[in-house]
Amino acid sequence: MIRLPYAAWFAAAITIAPLTRGVAQNPPQPEAVVLGLRYDPGTKPGVLVLRVAGVSGDSIRAILQRDFDYGDRITVIAAEEGGFPDAPTAGRNGNYPLYAKLGAHALVQVTPTAAGIHVAVHDVAQAKVARVKDFGLDGSPNSREWRMSVHAVSDELEAWITGVRGIAATRVAYVQGLRGGKVFVVDSDGAFPTPAGDDAGAMSPSWHPKGTHLAYAVVGSHGCCQIFIYDFASGSARPLTAVGSGLNSTPVFAPDGAVIVYTHGEESGTDLFATTAFERGPARRITVGRGTDNTSPTFSPDGRRLAFTSGRLGHPEVYISDADGTNPQLLTADKLGDQNYRANPDWSPDGRFIAYQAQQTDGRFQLNTISLQDRSVKQHTSEGSNEDASWAPDGRHLIFSSTRTGPKQLFVIDTESGRWRQLTRTGGMRLPAWSPPLKR
Amino acid sequence: MHRAARIVTLSLVALATLGGCKKKKPEVAVTPVNNPPPAAAPTPTPAPAPECDAACVAARDSEAKRAAIAAARATLTATIYFDYDQSEITEESRAKLDAKASILAQNTGVRIRIAGHTDSRGSDEYNLALGQRRAAAAKRYLTDRGIDGSRVEIVSFGEERGTCTEESDSCWSRNRRDEFEITGGDITAVQTSSR
Repeated sequence: MIRLPYAAWFAAAITIAPLTRGVAQNPPQPEAVVLGLRYDPGTKPGVLVLRVAGVSGDSIRAILQRDFDYGDRITVIAAEEGGFPDAPTAGRNGNYPLYAKLGAHALVQVTPTAAGIHVAVHDVAQAKVARVKDFGLDGSPNSREWRMSVHAVSDELEAWITGVRGIAATRVAYVQGLRGGKVFVVDSDGAFPTPAGDDAGAMSPSWHPKGTHLAYAVVGSHGCCQIFIYDFASGSARPLTAVGSGLNSTPVFAPDGAVIVYTHGEESGTDLFATTAFERGPARRITVGRGTDNTSPTFSPDGRRLAFTSGRLGHPEVYISDADGTNPQLLTADKLGDQNYRANPDWSPDGRFIAYQAQQTDGRFQLNTISLQDRSVKQHTSEGSNEDASWAPDGRHLIFSSTRTGPKQLFVIDTESGRWRQLTRTGGMRLPAWSPPLKR
Repeated sequence: MHRAARIVTLSLVALATLGGCKKKKPEVAVTPVNNPPPAAAPTPTPAPAPECDAACVAARDSEAKRAAIAAARATLTATIYFDYDQSEITEESRAKLDAKASILAQNTGVRIRIAGHTDSRGSDEYNLALGQRRAAAAKRYLTDRGIDGSRVEIVSFGEERGTCTEESDSCWSRNRRDEFEITGGDITAVQTSSR
């Protein structure tokens, strides 16, 4: 494989990026889109976002910069007030040598238009505009819809610049409250925490692959649980009627969006079952736990396999099986006799890893990922107790709950660099689930 | 006993009988001043219990039965506890469940709900399943002793309804439990010790 300096890679990426748009389910891997070139992990091109004119200009620029920063694939060049380089104009070329001196590989120039914004991305090394596009912005400035539109611009620009689409135009569903909590949804940058449904005692929210619905379980006054499907369009939730009485929890949508797999238990352990999500249909048993507990399913991106937590060895471990429950295999195993357990798997959108929580000897949980190629394990956390990992669409970031700063909060970690940030500020947040891309 | 002492004793018995319905007044201790301690008086013979007529017996039995029913209710709803990450019934819990089984066997109209709980350690989602397994273990113990399973409902709350929130062994052990609730029927048949 040929390695090129970043400038050459950027030129190739920006040329080929249009071909990658529309690959929705699996974020394009640079190897697949940049012919003969390689995007090195840790390579972070410098990007300078020029000042934006208009009443909402500062907000647009701040959102773009923060989204690039949170994506961990771009180094945002801080601009000094008063010493900010002039923007290129129609009649005058930009001061590209100065941009290069500031560390910028690309320049993002945003101009407000009647319907939204016009964006030009300059290739600093080649001293010219590499791509332009007009973007419409929804809603009124700084509204929830408007900000989501700007996030979608960030994500596309990140794809132009790095070859990998950003994750800003996403949201995180979670449970707010340790007892009788409700489902909330917050933007990926922490803005606009908003209730989704009004069911107290909600647990384990899970996104529909198109981001249109949430499935979750509700612990009622008489115990656990009934499963509900919340529709964002109507703002209402309806029970999943196919499930029987007894315990019904941890629902997840299959990648086709038509099937829900969930945990069901009565008097002989708990097992995974499948049923249709939006039409009345029978429940079909998947796992045969023979009295043990089998819970927390997660699908492989192609829908052909499942990972789940099972106590069939005496304490919980993560297993993988075919989607119909056949060929179960133990995925996580520590030393023989180890009673610390591993649980709550989440399959990465690129299919390469499974994240899970592993109990340590001090009783706390830490987040691990295991490679499905060579079964190598990487531990990503060490402060506090860290649980409930859920992958971002880029297959690189994880959202999780942690006690590292006190009561449970939600945090995001970059699994490549280990850099983390706090998403929520009110205690008692847990069971997060990262949405698919919500706007393009 | 001297005659004078007998007269005093009988008078006290009569007074006690006559005043039986009145509330007992608090005794006031009187400390003699500058008097030598009195010589030890002969112990009076305990007064015989007053005769109890039929109404009295009925009232006494009724009270005893009420107490026995309350005791049976307390036994039936007594919480049992589990070891960490376990759903096996402990030796201590077996005795409690045997007593519950006895009460349920005598009162076939009574129905109960068993709610399984866990401590706050572990996965929130897995703990829901563990709570269900704990409730099921208690139900199985009762049905193995002849209790009709349709009278026993089980649910799980996992770690969602802890009785305490401290991160300590004491709190964790109190939260690893099955709670029992009477959901239907009345306890009517009980063992009383009034006769």
